Amino acid sequence: MDYEVKLEIFEGPLDLLLHLIHKNEVDIFDIPIATITDQYLEYIDMMKALNIEVAGDFLIMASTLIHIKSKMLLPDLTGQDDGEDPRIEITRPLLEYMRFKELAGELEERELLDRDVFVRHLPSYLQSQMEDWEPRLDVNLFQLMDAFKRIIDEGLPGVQLTLQPERWSVTEKTEVIIDLLKEAGPTFFQRLFSEDRSLSEVVVTFLAVLELVHLGLVKVSQPTHESDIHLVLSIDENGEKLDG
Amino acid sequence: MAESLEFIIEALLFTSEKPLNAHEINSWLSGETLADIRQALGNLKTQYDSMGRSFALKEVAQGYQFRTRPEYAPYILKMFKTSPTRLSRAAMETLAIIAYKQPILRQEIERLRGVDVGGILKTLMEKGLIRIVGRKSLPGRPLIYGTTTRFLEVFDVKDIDSLPRMKEIKDMVSDEEQTAPKTEEHQLDAFEQTSET
Repeated sequence: MDYEVKLEIFEGPLDLLLHLIHKNEVDIFDIPIATITDQYLEYIDMMKALNIEVAGDFLIMASTLIHIKSKMLLPDLTGQDDGEDPRIEITRPLLEYMRFKELAGELEERELLDRDVFVRHLPSYLQSQMEDWEPRLDVNLFQLMDAFKRIIDEGLPGVQLTLQPERWSVTEKTEVIIDLLKEAGPTFFQRLFSEDRSLSEVVVTFLAVLELVHLGLVKVSQPTHESDIHLVLSIDENGEKLDG
Repeated sequence: MAESLEFIIEALLFTSEKPLNAHEINSWLSGETLADIRQALGNLKTQYDSMGRSFALKEVAQGYQFRTRPEYAPYILKMFKTSPTRLSRAAMETLAIIAYKQPILRQEIERLRGVDVGGILKTLMEKGLIRIVGRKSLPGRPLIYGTTTRFLEVFDVKDIDSLPRMKEIKDMVSDEEQTAPKTEEHQLDAFEQTSET
């Protein structure tokens, strides 16, 4: 079984170079390029042997070092020697890198919030009201996406169309049917349902008809098997029961 | 006790969680002038400094905020039962590059650090220390990064201009280069040595 050991010893090629420069106690402006290049390549071999993932960045730096080394060994035959030390190619980025390491150290030494200095914290119910104080443009993509999602969740004004389902009770429906029969006289069963808009309303109408029959207020008949059912009010306008 | 402007502002600062600046205070005290508010803020700061208490009115993130003095941090951390969270060295270096060279492209950060910074940028974004400030009109429309107000708050920076600017850093680097000894002799030595062998 293979044991893979992954160590992040050097952050990157510049880190490794700096380490070598410090280890050899050499001047960054006068890097012994042959020595450093050899040691650099040794480290890369060592990293490979230790199963440390060698990023491409390390190899690019290796080729840069070898290129500089060869440039310094060979005389410039073109006659266009501008006198610039080929090592500037690594000295400049190294200097910049060192400068930012230094600046990072300076940042770290400041009086950091929640490490060195502390502020008062509001209870959460007041915090939401404080959010408005943030500068208006100081948001990131994720915050914007959250805000957009909230609008979608809340629903867009002007585009909303909420349908309230009509709720009928049997009592209400019986009254409607009586009114209809009073006005229109004997009526076919089908007509009672012509205004119904939902299945539940149809059911309520049907129950209302049964209720009316049960109470003896409506007479229901079917002249022939094929014809529609006929409804006739069995009370007069005063609510008196009609005979027959 | 009369409700002087100083006391009103003091009360606002005492209750606020965020640093407050004169403009914000002015939006709640429309009857007062900006100049008077600035004057009062300055007076309060001086007063708290001279009192020498365990906290002071600090100028941070373009505003004023009451903050404890660093020497009391150990006791406060003990009370909260926490140890401060630290950024990794790599994250600190990346943050320093962004802070001092913003607005900056990712590829420029990577050139300066010599390694991929994708993961670190994500961490810094999640911590609210950096943000995307725009896109450069270059092929691929690369993202431009900068620091946030939160960065100023966390790192006790008065405003972003109080950090040395990009140009100053460039000058520093080039000064060092100019003072560097010329190294042509070594170049020749190396050549002579190899030609002998």
